[in-house]
Amino acid sequence: MRVVIAEDLFLLREGLIRLLEAYGFEVAAATDNGADFLAAVRKGGCDVAVVDVRLPPTFTDEGLRAALTARAEFPGLPVLVVSQYVEQLYARELLADGAGAVGYLLKDRVLDGAQFTDAVTRVARGGTAMDPEVIARLLARNAAPEGPVGRLSPREREVLELMAEGRSNAAIAARLVVTERAVAKHTASIFTKLGLQPSDDDNRRVLAVLAHLGR
Amino acid sequence: MSGYPAPDVIWYSPEERLPPPGGRHRGVGGHLRALVHAAGFLGLLLAGVVLLALTAGPVVVGGILLLHLFVHMHGQLPWPQDRADVLGVLASLACYGAVLPAALLAVRRLALRTSRLSARWCGVTIHQAYVPRPAGRHPDSSWLGYRKRLNWLLGDPATWRALAWLAVNAVAGLMLLLVPLLSVGAGIVAFIIPGINAFPGFAEGAVPRPAFPGNTSPVLLLIGVGMVAAGTMLAPLTLRGYAGLARWVLAPSAQAELQLRVAHLARTRSETLDTGAAELRRIERDLHDGAQARLVAMGLTLDAAGRLIDADPAAARALLYEARDASAKALTELRDLVRGIHPPVLADRGLADAVRALALDSPLPVQVTGTLPGRPPAPVESAAYFAVSELLANVAKHARAETAAVDLRHELGALRIMVRDDGCGGADPGRGSGLRGIERRLAAFDGVLVVSSPPGGPTEAVLEVPCALS
Repeated sequence: MRVVIAEDLFLLREGLIRLLEAYGFEVAAATDNGADFLAAVRKGGCDVAVVDVRLPPTFTDEGLRAALTARAEFPGLPVLVVSQYVEQLYARELLADGAGAVGYLLKDRVLDGAQFTDAVTRVARGGTAMDPEVIARLLARNAAPEGPVGRLSPREREVLELMAEGRSNAAIAARLVVTERAVAKHTASIFTKLGLQPSDDDNRRVLAVLAHLGR
Repeated sequence: MSGYPAPDVIWYSPEERLPPPGGRHRGVGGHLRALVHAAGFLGLLLAGVVLLALTAGPVVVGGILLLHLFVHMHGQLPWPQDRADVLGVLASLACYGAVLPAALLAVRRLALRTSRLSARWCGVTIHQAYVPRPAGRHPDSSWLGYRKRLNWLLGDPATWRALAWLAVNAVAGLMLLLVPLLSVGAGIVAFIIPGINAFPGFAEGAVPRPAFPGNTSPVLLLIGVGMVAAGTMLAPLTLRGYAGLARWVLAPSAQAELQLRVAHLARTRSETLDTGAAELRRIERDLHDGAQARLVAMGLTLDAAGRLIDADPAAARALLYEARDASAKALTELRDLVRGIHPPVLADRGLADAVRALALDSPLPVQVTGTLPGRPPAPVESAAYFAVSELLANVAKHARAETAAVDLRHELGALRIMVRDDGCGGADPGRGSGLRGIERRLAAFDGVLVVSSPPGGPTEAVLEVPCALS
């Protein structure tokens, strides 16, 4: 799987390259600014991009804007955005086109190599990888007792959190140490309580849940 | 505390808090409005005369009485009757003293009302500067509290300006206001009504026809209409003259205004410095107890892992994972700290989007409207952001609201943000240290916070900071 990286900090860029190569990815290009990143993507042959939000020369949200541009040019291009901090505002903008194949993670998550590369793979395959902190804040917003999340049981809430991060039923089952069938039951119940159309497609259901909570 | 002793002054300039002055009386409607406004000012004036009589009257009358009695006593000292009179006068003066602070406050309020109305009705801005009320540990009813209150009121030039205004108003102001009102009133009552009644077929009315040669009905009507027209024509002019008179008496002199301005700047500067220093101390403490301590612990753990790596690889690995977890915690703490110093989204996107991000993080639905065509200066942006953050946090914590709304705009050279909720109201800037903190923060930029929060709601907070966008 070929990866294009955009990260301006040398140590982190080298660390990412080493990590991804150790897990069997091929790093097609490693750039340190938005323009070079876009050029590398336009060259083609990129299965997934890993982009830092803050890049030179402006050191604001240059990376995010480059990622959104790349997605506008190549609809459905898998992009994983990493940042020193997460904002729901940015998560919304990434999810706005409804095409999936999007990730948004704290840079801290790089520390756990297996989890991070799992997220990269998931995004590359068209799935979603949202940072638990984004999800936690999204749920906190909807947590009023009368609200949609307030009506869920604690276990359903756990399942919802993992599902919203973009994990498959199998992954959720492994994480919570339950059977996949139990997870399927929980998700069905969650969808009923949220008033959403159930869906077997992992990706579509995540987008539905995120859209519902982020209203 | 700060080393900048500065007398406190609260600035109040009506144009900062009121809609732009609309009081240019143009057209027929404008002239008629001017008449109504003149009548309004006349009402205020009459209230002022009553108040002046209550406030200054007893002092004058009591003084004359005392003088008279003393002169009387020098002639025939041993008369006990006079001593009783002196005591009586002194006792009534003491009673009067008890209500004096309230009366003076009312005088000031009346003057403030006048300056507000002259801004709204005549477009004449009268700056007002008040020495703020001393923070009182003593209740108003106690002797010390009373002395403090009276000293404050008598020591504030604004009180004396207000008293002087009542006196000037009662004479010169009255004449100015009466010109259009009397002209119109007399035109209608003394000429038009008798003129109509003088037509053949009408009975002679209650008002007799003015007795002069040739007082026929058309002549009377002509004179009456002329007087009404003249009064109406003159009304805007006299009203402007009236407002100018008010400004002449009520506005502090240029030098006094500058002194007060300097005092205000010194106070806000020292408060800004205090806040800045406190903020730095907080950051230092957070770093010292948080990330710094964790890094030390991580170093120790890594060192231990290094020593164990050959003898006990399994234990060394456990220690390495521990160090990794500690680094994640340190990162989390640093992130929270950075958010409190300067939120990254504010640096990235500017105020409007940062407020949108705040709204998304708020536990209740917050609607954000309005846009800014540019970016305010960074310090203003930051102060405004934290003000909105605090206001939204207050809404979530205290207001028991269902929804909230934020509106941002830049108009008339000022950044203006309104935060509104549909909650239970009753927010009091005097009590909540949070609102006071916002006011202090904004004061450094000559900004103001106005909170309207009647019990039962809704609460509306408007903050305004004069600034240019870039």
